[in-house]
Amino acid sequence: MFGYYVDLALRSLRRNKVLTALMVLAIALGIGASMTTLTVLHVLSGDPLPGRSSALYAPQVDPRDMGNYQPHGEPPDRVTWIDGMNLLQAKRANRQALMTGGSVAIQPAQSALNPFYESARYITADFFPMFGVPFQYGHAWGVPEDAASAAVVVISSKLNDKLFGGRDSSGRMLRVEGHALRIIGVLGDWRPNPHFYDLNLKSYGADEGIYLPLSTSQDLHLAHLGGADCWGNGGDGATPSHTAPCVWLQFWVQLNTPAQADAYRQFLIHYSQEQQSLGRFPRSPNVRLRNLMQWLDYEQVVPGDVQLQNWLALGFLLVCLVNTVGLMLAKFLRRSVELGVRRALGASRRALFMQLLVESAVIGLAGGLGGLLLAYLGLWLVRQQPANYAPLAHLDGAMLMMTLVLAVVASLLAGALPAWRACQITPARQLRSH
Amino acid sequence: MDIRPILSTLHRHKITSLLLILQIALTCAIVCNAVFLIHQRLQRMDIPSGVADHELLQIKFAYIGDRPDAYAQAQTDLATLRQIAGVQAVALVNQLPLSGYSMSNSGIKLHPQQQQTSLEVASYYGQNLLATLGLRLISGRDFQPDELVDLKTALPALHSDDMKNLPHTVIIDQAVATRLWPDQNALGKMIYFGNDIPMQVVGVSSPLARPDSLQMGAQNSIVFPIRLTATEGGSYVIRTTSGDREQVLKSALAALNRLDPNRIVLEQRTYDELRHDYFQDDRAMAGMLVGVIAALLIVTALGIAGLASFWVGQRRRTIGVRRALGATRGNILHYFQTENFLLATIGIAFGMVLAYGINLLLMLHYELPRLPAIYFPVGAIALWLIGQLAVLGPALRAAAVPPVVATRSV
Repeated sequence: MFGYYVDLALRSLRRNKVLTALMVLAIALGIGASMTTLTVLHVLSGDPLPGRSSALYAPQVDPRDMGNYQPHGEPPDRVTWIDGMNLLQAKRANRQALMTGGSVAIQPAQSALNPFYESARYITADFFPMFGVPFQYGHAWGVPEDAASAAVVVISSKLNDKLFGGRDSSGRMLRVEGHALRIIGVLGDWRPNPHFYDLNLKSYGADEGIYLPLSTSQDLHLAHLGGADCWGNGGDGATPSHTAPCVWLQFWVQLNTPAQADAYRQFLIHYSQEQQSLGRFPRSPNVRLRNLMQWLDYEQVVPGDVQLQNWLALGFLLVCLVNTVGLMLAKFLRRSVELGVRRALGASRRALFMQLLVESAVIGLAGGLGGLLLAYLGLWLVRQQPANYAPLAHLDGAMLMMTLVLAVVASLLAGALPAWRACQITPARQLRSH
Repeated sequence: MDIRPILSTLHRHKITSLLLILQIALTCAIVCNAVFLIHQRLQRMDIPSGVADHELLQIKFAYIGDRPDAYAQAQTDLATLRQIAGVQAVALVNQLPLSGYSMSNSGIKLHPQQQQTSLEVASYYGQNLLATLGLRLISGRDFQPDELVDLKTALPALHSDDMKNLPHTVIIDQAVATRLWPDQNALGKMIYFGNDIPMQVVGVSSPLARPDSLQMGAQNSIVFPIRLTATEGGSYVIRTTSGDREQVLKSALAALNRLDPNRIVLEQRTYDELRHDYFQDDRAMAGMLVGVIAALLIVTALGIAGLASFWVGQRRRTIGVRRALGATRGNILHYFQTENFLLATIGIAFGMVLAYGINLLLMLHYELPRLPAIYFPVGAIALWLIGQLAVLGPALRAAAVPPVVATRSV
């Protein structure tokens, strides 16, 4: 029966090509536009570390003076050098890492390459195991290297391709800002988006090429990148001094269970009280402990423009659907005679309704395929944009299926009212008048 | 024309008419808001930077390793740049308006011991800044050469509360002066930074835009008498005539490279390019909105045309009867045009209410201002036009129906 309905639907759609084309076009445009923006939203609000994110937390404490004090204000979203070091050394979490961004000049050994600047990350050892960073060659460094300010680096696979043609470079030396550092590891494919652990540079597509111990970066006076938020006489040199009243480092911890998270929150409060009694924290304890996804939400990492575009596209889809409902109603009512004959020959209302719904679904499927093509075109257009998230806009398998499902569901919804209306005809009247 | 027959016909096609009205209302609401959003973006892109937009060049370097002689090197660089033909003025500054990356902001207090800062401003500093950028002094004076403090001296002084090695004067722009002292002369007034570091206002300049965060007051900027070097993140800024820019940029890069080949060029661009980069997201968004408006109007027009041709097909006999009873082609044409006008008008009326509602939601979530009343007629006219254009084809076909149709087919 279903096959017969599909056959009927195709015949009927062929009979009125212009109206069919209009409906398919409307659905394709609506689906294409909304899938383009939904895909961008899906990519941008995704989980950068699936499976790990729920155990990763960004602790916040409030070391600021009483200037611009607001009773229930948020603490700064980074930490000072002193607090970062204190919390790191307290070792109250399963894992903890203190880090900041930077930029370093790399002087390749081969004379064919000019010196160039590479974005860098100055981190402590737990960074790699805590974020589950994959290694292609070599290995990470450990706590002893941190303590000794060892002259070691880990580089990204992209930088390894550029400098060493993708070969295992671990053990080789790299000249960074005039210093010779030993490469001990090369990362595998590691590009978490959003760039959750440091949103001060770029939220998306900011992958650093070189990782080295935080202690080493400070000994070598490597340049800090990402700015600093200061109070009092904080000033704004490129790299804040370790005692400056400025927050400029990110601190992340891994807490495996909610109970551990609660305990860590208590620890942060105790730490703040202790610092207050020492006179370092003028404000009373004000702490936050957000996990990764809550953190991204709090930092409003998805650009407002992307959300706005998404609402706009859904509005557009709604107009396209209303348009399709109108056209389908016109099309189905025009076939009153045919439907009247089928009713008179014994087809039930239900059967007619099913037949018309199948016809809507066929239109939806055609519109969905057209929408898919338009979504590919739309995403290509998005990728041509200057925004830093633009290169990420690609359709994945899940979104591809969703496109077709959305198109069919939307067209079934659009077809339901016209089909129901068309089934209300009385067969006798239709037959008599013609 | 009598609209009663039209109304009674529409009454018989309630659902279809309602759908058409709904579509027009939604389109109208979205178009009104989208046009408003475009206007907002264009307005943002129109912000005056306050500097000589078409006459400036920026060159920024990065250095490998420490440079103990950076301050001496900076003076040599500046002197060399001044020698280049076509160069009118040269500066070394910490940041530029609308460059998108804000290095430095300060909170101004009007009294010592004040808890809340009175105004957050962008802080500019550098050598020969006002003259090169093209800022006018509205009152007061520019900095004297002996007032300038080196950044490498000022920063440690700041951290150790050493007032002697900190600057004592400041130039504020007109926006800051008006904001802090609406009815008084700003010259000679004291303002305080950080832990009550006093500075005296010695000049008021023409407005200067911030590097970024325009929502904090697009033109709240001040200038400190601090000198910095390119190793501390400073940019060389060259003023020339707009026609000479390309040539001067080439000569400047060559001259600086001869002085010190061991530096990496991070930026080499005209100020116009910098400004263009800053607004690229706004431009892309405005372009996308134009695309959506166009697509929306096309879909609605096609929908109207599709339904109208269906109605014409359905009413062929009625039209034939009317023609046979003496109605002219013009009467039939006007009938369909009036019908469309009525539907569009009802749709537009609902659309206005909806547009207002959407705007309220946007105001709540995206910090947009209220939709000005001028956008309502824009949306209305657009939809009336689209409706009339879309219905014209089917209406002409209806008018062409011969009266003889009435006698056939029964």
